Amino acid sequence: MDRNHLKRQVDFMKRSLLDQGYLDEQFIQLEELQDDDNPNFVEEIVTLFFNDSARLLQNIEQALVSGPIDFAKLDNYMHQFKGSSSSIGAKRVKNECTRFKEYCTAGNAEGCFRTFVQVKQEHAILRTKLESYFQACISFIWQDKLDHLGLQEVKLDDYMDEGGSLIMDLYYKYDEAHMIK
Amino acid sequence: MERNVVVSRRRKTETTAATAAKIDGFDVLPAGSEEAHVLAVDDSLVDRKVIERLLKISSFKVTAVDSGRRALQFLGLDEEKTSSVGFDGLKVDLIITDYCMPGMTGYELLKKIKESSNFREIPVVIMSSENILTRIDRCLEEGAEDFIVKPVKLADVKRLKDYMMREVRIESESNMNKRKSCCDLTESEPSISSSSSSSSSSSSESPLRTPISSSAPSSPTPLDSPIRRLKMTPTE
Repeated sequence: MDRNHLKRQVDFMKRSLLDQGYLDEQFIQLEELQDDDNPNFVEEIVTLFFNDSARLLQNIEQALVSGPIDFAKLDNYMHQFKGSSSSIGAKRVKNECTRFKEYCTAGNAEGCFRTFVQVKQEHAILRTKLESYFQACISFIWQDKLDHLGLQEVKLDDYMDEGGSLIMDLYYKYDEAHMIK
Repeated sequence: MERNVVVSRRRKTETTAATAAKIDGFDVLPAGSEEAHVLAVDDSLVDRKVIERLLKISSFKVTAVDSGRRALQFLGLDEEKTSSVGFDGLKVDLIITDYCMPGMTGYELLKKIKESSNFREIPVVIMSSENILTRIDRCLEEGAEDFIVKPVKLADVKRLKDYMMREVRIESESNMNKRKSCCDLTESEPSISSSSSSSSSSSSESPLRTPISSSAPSSPTPLDSPIRRLKMTPTE
């Protein structure tokens, strides 16, 4: 696929995520912290977030279903979860967290249950969308690199196994094509 | 023609370092001692990683810990020892801490630091996701330098340099300054020693005119003061 087309795809996806309120300015802020030495910073942080938050969501779920509800504990968990959502720019998730906390403060168990379903849903939706987004980013970056090395004819799909073998195959193909020792 | 992308990237970093070492009349200290050292405290892993990156990209050295307790241990305050240096020998030039943490809150940490004769001069900045006026006031009254509302942005972190510069300028006449005078120089020229300084700072100027904080065009840089210029002239 053409490099420019891939770039447009990435930009379009990002614009959509922002316009539809899945992400906010903080995400853009994080992207600005990337450079040649740290090209995957955002993806790393987002991965960290989803791993970390899975644990928190489990704790919240446990607290909701086992015995009398401890609203203070719930609020505490949700505060942490809201904090990290905010740090990566996960706008919709953060807003659901705010709603949840309001029900916690009001001691409204039913409200908490309902909102928690929403929290989990937004969390899952964002995860899927960001996975697609990062996939598009990677496709663009690699096509860009390939173009730079003068390998327009090579199809990216042939090299999309795991990260490690992608690089190896790329160098191998490059050497083959240009017969550099 | 480049053989591969990875090698060319490394070469670029090496060139930057080589150029830095050659600047005339400027006694370049080993890379470790030139950047200001910030101790970041936050129980959230995600937030720690973000603040770490923000600080590194702003040319700070960073140590990130996950609790007030560990921060005190790092400073050597936990066991009431009289040591004024962190256990690995690195001075701390600024502490940035989250407010809401389990165990010891950021406020409690702030108090402990300000109560310590060895560490009370270290500027402390509080971060919080909640913009509560009474909380902000309480922290500032206890001696916090600033209060940052999360999520933390690059502009917030760049502002931290101003606190350190002001501290240094006030103390520049006194002999009791814990920071060595060479650190006055080095804190103001991040782009020379570190390879990760922001690209917006002017790199072609002589060291005396390197801006400290590239995102605050309105604030007069302390570099313009005659006192600072005198201090920065090499004596050899």
